[in-house]
Amino acid sequence: MRALLLKRLLQLVAVSWGVGTLTFFLMRALPGDMAYRIAASRYGMDAVDNRAADMVRAELGLDQSAWSAYWQWFTDLLSWNLGNSLVSGAPVTEQIWHMLGHSVLLALAGILLSILIAVPLGLASAFKGGWLDRVLLTISTALRAVPVFVIGLLAVIMFALEWNLLPVAGFGTPAHLVLPALTLALSLAAISNRVVHTEARRVFGSSFFEFARMKGLSPSQAFMRHGARNIAVPVVAFLGIQLITVVEGVVMIESLFSWPGIGHGLAHAIFARDIPLIQGAALMMGVLFVVMNTLVDIACHYLDPRGGQLS
Amino acid sequence: MRFFTSSLAGAISALALATTPVNAEPTDQNTVKINAAFEFSSIDPSRSGYVFTRMQIFETLLNVDNQGNLTPGLASAWDILEGGHKWRLSLRDDVVYHNDTPMTADSVVKALRIATEKPGAWQGVPVTSIEVVDAQHIDINLSQPFQPLGAILANYASAILAPQAYGEDNLAREAIGTGPFSVYQIAVPHRLVVEKFDDYWGKVAEIEYARYLTGHRAEARVLQARSGQGDIVFGLDPAAVPTLKRLPNLEIIRSDLPRTLVVKVNASHPSMDTVEARQALSLALNRRGIAAAVLRAPEAATAQILPAYMADWHVADTSVEQDLEQAKALLQAQGWQTNSDGWLEKDGQRFEIDMITYADRPELTTVATAIQDQWRQLGVKLNVSITNSSAIPAGHADDSLDTALMARNYGVIADPLGSLLKDLGGAKGGDWGTLNWDNQGIKTTLNELLSESDPSVYRQKAQTVAQALYDEKPLIPVASYVQQTAVNKRLEGFRFDPYERSYFLNELSWVK
Repeated sequence: MRALLLKRLLQLVAVSWGVGTLTFFLMRALPGDMAYRIAASRYGMDAVDNRAADMVRAELGLDQSAWSAYWQWFTDLLSWNLGNSLVSGAPVTEQIWHMLGHSVLLALAGILLSILIAVPLGLASAFKGGWLDRVLLTISTALRAVPVFVIGLLAVIMFALEWNLLPVAGFGTPAHLVLPALTLALSLAAISNRVVHTEARRVFGSSFFEFARMKGLSPSQAFMRHGARNIAVPVVAFLGIQLITVVEGVVMIESLFSWPGIGHGLAHAIFARDIPLIQGAALMMGVLFVVMNTLVDIACHYLDPRGGQLS
Repeated sequence: MRFFTSSLAGAISALALATTPVNAEPTDQNTVKINAAFEFSSIDPSRSGYVFTRMQIFETLLNVDNQGNLTPGLASAWDILEGGHKWRLSLRDDVVYHNDTPMTADSVVKALRIATEKPGAWQGVPVTSIEVVDAQHIDINLSQPFQPLGAILANYASAILAPQAYGEDNLAREAIGTGPFSVYQIAVPHRLVVEKFDDYWGKVAEIEYARYLTGHRAEARVLQARSGQGDIVFGLDPAAVPTLKRLPNLEIIRSDLPRTLVVKVNASHPSMDTVEARQALSLALNRRGIAAAVLRAPEAATAQILPAYMADWHVADTSVEQDLEQAKALLQAQGWQTNSDGWLEKDGQRFEIDMITYADRPELTTVATAIQDQWRQLGVKLNVSITNSSAIPAGHADDSLDTALMARNYGVIADPLGSLLKDLGGAKGGDWGTLNWDNQGIKTTLNELLSESDPSVYRQKAQTVAQALYDEKPLIPVASYVQQTAVNKRLEGFRFDPYERSYFLNELSWVK
């Protein structure tokens, strides 16, 4: 366990440095004058002019070379200082915490909800097969084929406009979380229910499961003792892979539902060339990715301890 | 399904409470819910101050009415002394900041001095000093007369905040203003909740709370209006307006804005350096078509940059009609011939120009492609590129710009002279105005207007400027903006400020 955590810690450091460095140089390589971009975001498009851009350039020292700016960022990072946003002037860490809280809440709610949808449906379709399987396959394919914001819009039209149950967009109350989380969950469950289905089929058709039934266990006993764990290992591992879909989905969903999360913040920071904020947000997403994957690995180890010691 | 969603909401509510501060006080019944497109990146008045003046947290010394005339604000009177070199403002004595400290002359001077240091409205204003005269009076001293100063004092960047609001770097850290509403909760950059301020010096609000929420997507804002989750929804997509008008719970209010769709032209570009070439480009535009199809308001087509209600700056006899034949004739007289591909050509050079525009306003992209097609019929090849709004001042600075399509707000400073000075008065023109338009007479006239106090002479000179802009087309206007706002019928007393300085929330009341 300790060896795994140590290894992941080293990975974390490498990812942080790599993501920060890459975003820094990619952002510098984009065309357009940074001072103008930052001025446009700070003062609004009606007030951005050459004078504003010159003031921004002087204030932020944008004339310094890329290398010295990079060195500055790197030394600051070593002391856990992510710098201040070039647009709002507020510390990046403060802004990221605010956004991260909302994103993590949305992501967790979405993942939990997707499990609640995917597991029963996947199991049922594997168990029953036939028309249920075909219907679910069609719906899953359709949901996966459309962009996530289409699912979001459909959800808004149904739940918010037709039935008037939930708010269209915004944040601050639990009701505001439901539609974004549901949208994310549907796009995740579209695939994960098929993974559950395939794994369940594999287990239900395996010789050890047949043996468990033959020795006299009821279907539910056989499932609980010999099925659940065997199905869970690949499914949990797949959840780790799905984190990429979560990150991708969260950016779109946050924009659609005016959810003040990190994906939305990152997109705006890129328009504004707010490099410290972009680096901070990308860094945080990289860190989260490593942490979540570590948790998935640990979970898989406890589900299937046959692999021996965690290393 | 209802059970499912409600139990789900219950299950995650604990989670939501852990990260989002939720206070039970503002409720659906006592809060006016406002949705608009604009984010606020900061509390500082120079940056997103318009959100805070519209929500009536911040106020300015002077205000403007719907016609752009100055009216008293935190200053009850103003006198222009010493031939326009000194403005003396008399401050109200009953104004209290939201932190319960009184507004003093010292605090006003501090706020104004900070405002003058920042980019935006105050740049280019010839201020020499701002001083306290006595407890109720302050002086703004100028190196030369500057008529639009009153409008600049009414701009959001001149908002008066309590001295305690500013940090060491002179950026506002707390939104402590003087308006009828004080901050209840701020979540930069999306949401702002305000509560009524009982010690307000003017009309105390009837409504208890108001909430501002940024809705980036026009579609989402339309849905919020439809579902009743937005009481006042600004910036409706014109295409959605007919549907919304049929809903019994909504009133749709149409207002003219002093914002104009304008093509900025580099007047030193070899193909556009004559008045005739620019007139031809203007004549080839089907303005009514663009206004009808994109803005859904055919009457918004215009060939002048300023609207009719800014009467001094609007000439009477102008035409918005398309005349392709005349446009072609003008260019032929300049030596342009149609080549075998249908493009205009002179000395082996094709009439090919670039146009940049930006995606912040979705209609700009559509209008740019419409212009591309209309100029193609003339034989002019237009290459459109969509970029960031800041590419326009950047292209102005290094002369790399051919043409740019922009949505210019001539009401940011309520006196058009203030905007025009910025747009026409610089060495090369202005970042959001003309580029390399060689007309010294106009610059002289604008400078004379700064100290002109006789209204009839002022009007006559303003008309000269407007006529020159119309005749010589250093800027090619296309259409003016129409704002569509949805107001829920549970509210009454809503009115729209064409200068977008205030939402007049303190005049609203609930329909009983």
